[in-house]
Amino acid sequence: MDTSRRKLLGLAMTAPFTGALLSARPSASTAGATSNAAARERIRQRFFPNVVLRNQDNQKFRFYDDIVKDRVVTINFFFAKCEDICPLVTSNLAKVQKVLGDRVGRDIFMNSISLKPEQDTPGQLKAFSKMHHAGPGWNFFTGKPADIELLRRSLGFTNPDPRLDQDTNQHIGNVRYGNERLMLWAACPGMADAHFIAESIAWVIRND
Amino acid sequence: MYYNVYGEKVSRARFKGMLNAAKNRRELIAAGLTSRRDLWKMGLLTAAGTLAAKNGLSAQSTGSFNLCAVGNQAASPPTPAFVEPLPIMPQMQPVPSLSPAHTLAPNTAAGEVRSANDQAFTQFPPQLLYNVTQKALQVSMSPGLPTQTVWGFDDSNGHATSPGPTYKATYGVPQLTRNWNGLPPASQNGGFGMPSVTTHLHNAHNPSESDGNPCDFYDQGHFADQHYPNVLAGFSSTNPPNGDVNEALSTLWYHDHRVDFTSQNTYKGLVGFYLLFNQFDTGDETTGFHLPSYPQFDIPLVFHDKVFDPSSGQLFFDLFTLDGILGDKFLVNGKVQPFLEVQPRRYRFRLLDTGPSRFYEYFLTDLNNLSAQNPFWVIANDGNLLPVPIQVQSVRIGVAERVDIIIDFRPFAGKTVYLENRLRQINGQGPVPPQGFLPGQVECSDANGNVLSDIMPAGGGNLLLQFRVSGTAVQDNSVDPATQPRFYQLPSTNAQPRITRTFKFDRLNGQWSVNGAFMDCSRFRFQVQQNSVENFILVNATGDWTHPVHIHLEEHQILSRNRAAPTLAIENSRKDVTQLHPNERVLLFFRFRDWLGKYPIHCHNVVHEDHAMMGLWHVQPEGDTVLTP
Repeated sequence: MDTSRRKLLGLAMTAPFTGALLSARPSASTAGATSNAAARERIRQRFFPNVVLRNQDNQKFRFYDDIVKDRVVTINFFFAKCEDICPLVTSNLAKVQKVLGDRVGRDIFMNSISLKPEQDTPGQLKAFSKMHHAGPGWNFFTGKPADIELLRRSLGFTNPDPRLDQDTNQHIGNVRYGNERLMLWAACPGMADAHFIAESIAWVIRND
Repeated sequence: MYYNVYGEKVSRARFKGMLNAAKNRRELIAAGLTSRRDLWKMGLLTAAGTLAAKNGLSAQSTGSFNLCAVGNQAASPPTPAFVEPLPIMPQMQPVPSLSPAHTLAPNTAAGEVRSANDQAFTQFPPQLLYNVTQKALQVSMSPGLPTQTVWGFDDSNGHATSPGPTYKATYGVPQLTRNWNGLPPASQNGGFGMPSVTTHLHNAHNPSESDGNPCDFYDQGHFADQHYPNVLAGFSSTNPPNGDVNEALSTLWYHDHRVDFTSQNTYKGLVGFYLLFNQFDTGDETTGFHLPSYPQFDIPLVFHDKVFDPSSGQLFFDLFTLDGILGDKFLVNGKVQPFLEVQPRRYRFRLLDTGPSRFYEYFLTDLNNLSAQNPFWVIANDGNLLPVPIQVQSVRIGVAERVDIIIDFRPFAGKTVYLENRLRQINGQGPVPPQGFLPGQVECSDANGNVLSDIMPAGGGNLLLQFRVSGTAVQDNSVDPATQPRFYQLPSTNAQPRITRTFKFDRLNGQWSVNGAFMDCSRFRFQVQQNSVENFILVNATGDWTHPVHIHLEEHQILSRNRAAPTLAIENSRKDVTQLHPNERVLLFFRFRDWLGKYPIHCHNVVHEDHAMMGLWHVQPEGDTVLTP
């Protein structure tokens, strides 16, 4: 398995296959560029509210314009004082960052958003980020509680049971990953094997 | 009644405690936290050396029941009903040869992506070759909607459809499909769909390298050669050399199984039927079991529910849900609410639920006589002929399950009747529970306080397909199910299992898990001994989710549900998907025969599957003894 896993990782990280191989098969029909642009716009409207967030350095970011647009990203929710699995997910993501190396900040941008923005000031986030040795390309965000709630719901970090939905711990196990330009979105568990998470993220780095 | 793993009765409190303790342990192990130093660092170990209370660490540890929360429903534009005929998928046609020719080892130089060499190519040399390309297609799903770009299958013989063309396969006639990825670039996916694929042949007794494993996906310009021996289980083990005819499969289907993207790719159309015939189930009503002739009177039906964007009318997929996706438009064979002209005689319909997340309970409804009971016959469960036909008023299936039914339209000559789904489902959790399901539970009610039953009234559900019964009495050479013809016997389940493994399906911090662990392409959870008997215990610890659980390679029989024999008559059958209801423990019997290699176990609510509710296992000459993989 290991060999094929590395092979697939390598395959996903290189340019997609074109030329001779593609011409050997029947040609694919294509959808109009307009409808694809419209689909991307619908996704933006429905799932990516352009709310203002602040990172651990107190820099201002708009969620769509500055965080997800044209990028390959990971998005997860956490809060600094969470004593259950948040620290485990964050330390696992730190491992993921290590596996991905300098691609983070270049090809991939990692984003962790606080579910308790009142407590998690940029200063708190800075300390949390340092504690977990988060490198460049991995931002920790806070913002207005209503904006963060809107973001959480828009991105589907919810539970259909209203009581469980109130429990912040129910929303911290997931890591969304996606390529905004290519409209490729999926998710993996924050507690999954760090190498497998890194491999999954690499699936959406494509040039097609 | 609550039991421990040894079968001893325990109190409910003790049982819950055991589940929590096991869950906590697994979570810690899954997190790689096995040393005291790690635990201390993460605040999970107190100064006194005991584990800190972990309230909220698990989603369902509070024992919450709420099946009534309404899902995030989006309303599609209005569409006219029953104005277009039901499409019948064309038959997949073979090609004379493949170029380059198939090779035993994956032909990577030519662009093949296959995980291993063929296990039995020379033993079962293919007599039929198919050259299939997955590609984008423009289709009309309803006159009320604009043209849609979907993904389907092209057989290189002028049949390019979504759902894909139907394979007509025969036992004893091995075949090979060269399966190309000819999908457009990701930037042209119209909002969802990963142009990276692996096609699984659902319920086939196939060697693992041809199974379509979720982790064996490939990009555009590549292909996989999939060898389908069409051989009965037991051919090299319990029943050599031809296998056990009582294990014959009839209604199979193929679908994309790309890890993390299966829901998007199947919703986009990468599904199709694979019908397997033999000397008994012949496709000719004048021979064998005398089942209605294919294709005139034997009609495969793919059911899918979808959502369309209200402004553009384009197919819409909710990319950011964890629970499941429900559509408000009901399609059969790719058309919204089509009609079918039928003659007043018996028909065999093969009903397949391709999800993503909906369960169906099918009724036959006469809108002019709503109080009438309109029984029909179930002849196969998950595509496997039952010992005898069973008469029902309705039949329920979940995602990936199939039922073959016989409807006799003679009583409806000159009338119009409907196949209606009357099962109420309001979110991805599963159907609304029947009244009195859990003592003391608040039942689901609408805004006016009226209790919502699980079964909607006749004519008040989802009308799926309209049957126009025209003409007068016609020739019908098919067997009358009322005469109780015998089909296959159920294979014995008396053999002692080599091992009984337990699989707990749960929601953990918003993610879907099996035994507290998540899908990982680089890890096998357990190792089955080739040609051995195993029992699986599937446990659903949550009170509010139903999971259709699918295990590849071999079928199973349900020995018990919560320690009692299944009460549903049609569950006295061979299955490949078992519905795991809330708070349920289901015991399954397996015989893993003939083939070696890797296969998955997973929830077939494809949204749950894509969110890690899956694990890989493999068959080897030696098995392991992992009880809770």
